[in-house]
Amino acid sequence: MTLPGSFRKSELASVDHVEVVDPLTIKLVLKTPYSPLIAQLTDRSGMMVSPKAAKEAGDKFGLHPVCAGPYKFVERVQQDRMVFEKFADYWNKDNIHIDRVVFLPIVDATVRLANLKSGGLDLIERVLATDIKDVRADSRLVLSTAPELGYLGLTVNIGNEKNKGPLSQSAKVRQALDLSIDREALNQVVFNGEFTPGNQWVSPTHPYYQKAFPVHGRDIAKAKALLKEAGVTTPVTVDYMIPKGAENEAVAQVVQSMAAEAGFDIKIRAVEFATTFKQAQAGEFQVFQINWSGRIDPDGNSYIFMRSKAPQNDGVYSNPEADKLMEDGRATSNVDERKAIYQKLTKILLDDLPIIYIYHRTLLIAHTKKLDGYRQMPDGLVRVVGLRFK
Amino acid sequence: MLNFLARRIAQIVPTLFFVSVLIFSLQQLLPGDPALVMAGEERDPAVIEQIRQQYKLDQPIPVQYVYWLKGVLTGNFGESLRNKMPVRELIAQKLPVTLQLGSMAIVIAFCIGIPAGIVSAVKKGTAWDYGANLFALWGISTPNFWLGILLIFLFSIKLGWLPASGYVPLTENWRASLAATIMPAFVLGNAISAILMRHTRSAMLQVLESDYVRTARAKGLSERSVILKHAMRNALTPIITLGALELGTLLSGAVLTEQIFSIPGFGKLIVDAVFNRDYAVVQGVVLVTATVYITLNLVADIAYVLVNPRLRG
Repeated sequence: MTLPGSFRKSELASVDHVEVVDPLTIKLVLKTPYSPLIAQLTDRSGMMVSPKAAKEAGDKFGLHPVCAGPYKFVERVQQDRMVFEKFADYWNKDNIHIDRVVFLPIVDATVRLANLKSGGLDLIERVLATDIKDVRADSRLVLSTAPELGYLGLTVNIGNEKNKGPLSQSAKVRQALDLSIDREALNQVVFNGEFTPGNQWVSPTHPYYQKAFPVHGRDIAKAKALLKEAGVTTPVTVDYMIPKGAENEAVAQVVQSMAAEAGFDIKIRAVEFATTFKQAQAGEFQVFQINWSGRIDPDGNSYIFMRSKAPQNDGVYSNPEADKLMEDGRATSNVDERKAIYQKLTKILLDDLPIIYIYHRTLLIAHTKKLDGYRQMPDGLVRVVGLRFK
Repeated sequence: MLNFLARRIAQIVPTLFFVSVLIFSLQQLLPGDPALVMAGEERDPAVIEQIRQQYKLDQPIPVQYVYWLKGVLTGNFGESLRNKMPVRELIAQKLPVTLQLGSMAIVIAFCIGIPAGIVSAVKKGTAWDYGANLFALWGISTPNFWLGILLIFLFSIKLGWLPASGYVPLTENWRASLAATIMPAFVLGNAISAILMRHTRSAMLQVLESDYVRTARAKGLSERSVILKHAMRNALTPIITLGALELGTLLSGAVLTEQIFSIPGFGKLIVDAVFNRDYAVVQGVVLVTATVYITLNLVADIAYVLVNPRLRG
């Protein structure tokens, strides 16, 4: 909250002040009721840092972080490695069996896997779905998986004056596009069936997933009927922006091919990642296919994208009823009440379709069989407590 | 010679100034907003505004350039937007890595390309000549990234002789450093050796048909002496220049190879900086690359003059 240059301040904006109750207890006094806070404190903004080190380093704290975990920071050589050593005074030190952890940034998935197979690495993240068979066939390796917290979705330009088209004018046209996509087939073709098809901002395995609205199959006849009802002339041309990358392009091509049968002429425009943010903010798209890494609380996957005037509401979607439900969802911590609120919200958002959700990634981690005790969590982080070499 | 050197050195400053203005202006044409990239996927408006103010991105472009130039003249290349490290420190970390890789690649290229070119020229029309030309064609046609992955598969996975990727500084452990860099150096050197082979062959063929070589043979000198002492010396002058230029190109052109072998070099630094709109890093790297390139050209010209006495004075 007070670290100069911190990017996390807005995540703690609901906190008015903090009271110290005793050496092991604090009380967070909020400005308004805000139930996502607990989940946020398990994420980036809840990481415990040394106040002394943070004050001394200021906005350079990230170069030499001092926190409260099982390892202490040794060095970081940009684009080369990050080195951590076991912290002897960690409260749970009896469960830390590995003395040194070195993170190596290797951007190419093939090279990462080659390193793992050659014994140069003990663990790799972001295994390609197409390499899963290879990993499973290797008796020296183990594959760990977990469903991700995020999703891949198609943000539709609804309210931006630039690039308005049939998709922005009618929910029926968006529903037609949604119905033209066979999510299971896409999953099979692009990801060998390893990911999870989805239709909401949380995955079907998430506690807040609304089972009353399951992932539907493809229905070309209904899609065509909806386009007819909407009164649009087919083919409906769509400017479809994606960040450059083999996986993104594969997904886009499958969507393009499927949607063509319903009467959509999707023009895929692959744009460099940094540029997509700028163009999305400026409304220079009709559909923007983008991944969101995900947050634990369902509010983290919905509010900033669909609340009116929210920072990532690139499609400029606005529905006062949806806005009220999103606010209500934040104001209560009762799980049953929240689920009921989100059920109503899901109905509205699946009718309006400001974002068409396609799938949720499976986090794929491969490691040597010599590493014992590894368990992958949906937040994607690698945890070393309890890990040991056999 | 001294006049020549003085003239060349005097040209460096205006050249670098022109390069700095050019790269600063060209960066502004890139779509995308560095503050937006830096703010991350959350794109918090308060964070974006904070970044703009901190790095003076809210100032007019000429003002930003003046701030940066002022820093450069005092040895301060600014700070990386991405990781808050001084650009000078990043360059000091990465430049030796690529210089090592580049130097090894050039040595490999010379060791393979020049002898192959000489043999091909001397044994023109024979199996040696055809073999050398085939090698050159293969070297020029083979994509670096494919060759790199093939070498990793063979030497790291199958044979287990060499590490698949990573870098160890020479000063830390020279054996491990050579083991980590021999494959990427070969990948880079292979393509250059093919080019050098073709140029050496052409230059040698031209020289071998010249009058003074005919005279040397007529005087009864051994063929070895004719080729190595007389022909090669004249044929090599353009090859030296080519080698120096290729080394300069390697500084920023080894990106793919650095990516495949995870070498934390200069090429990777600049590519990441461009994608992240890390303007200060791009400007610093381009300026240093231009300086090194100009210096290498100067060294090549001096070597040219030293090797060819007719150019002295």
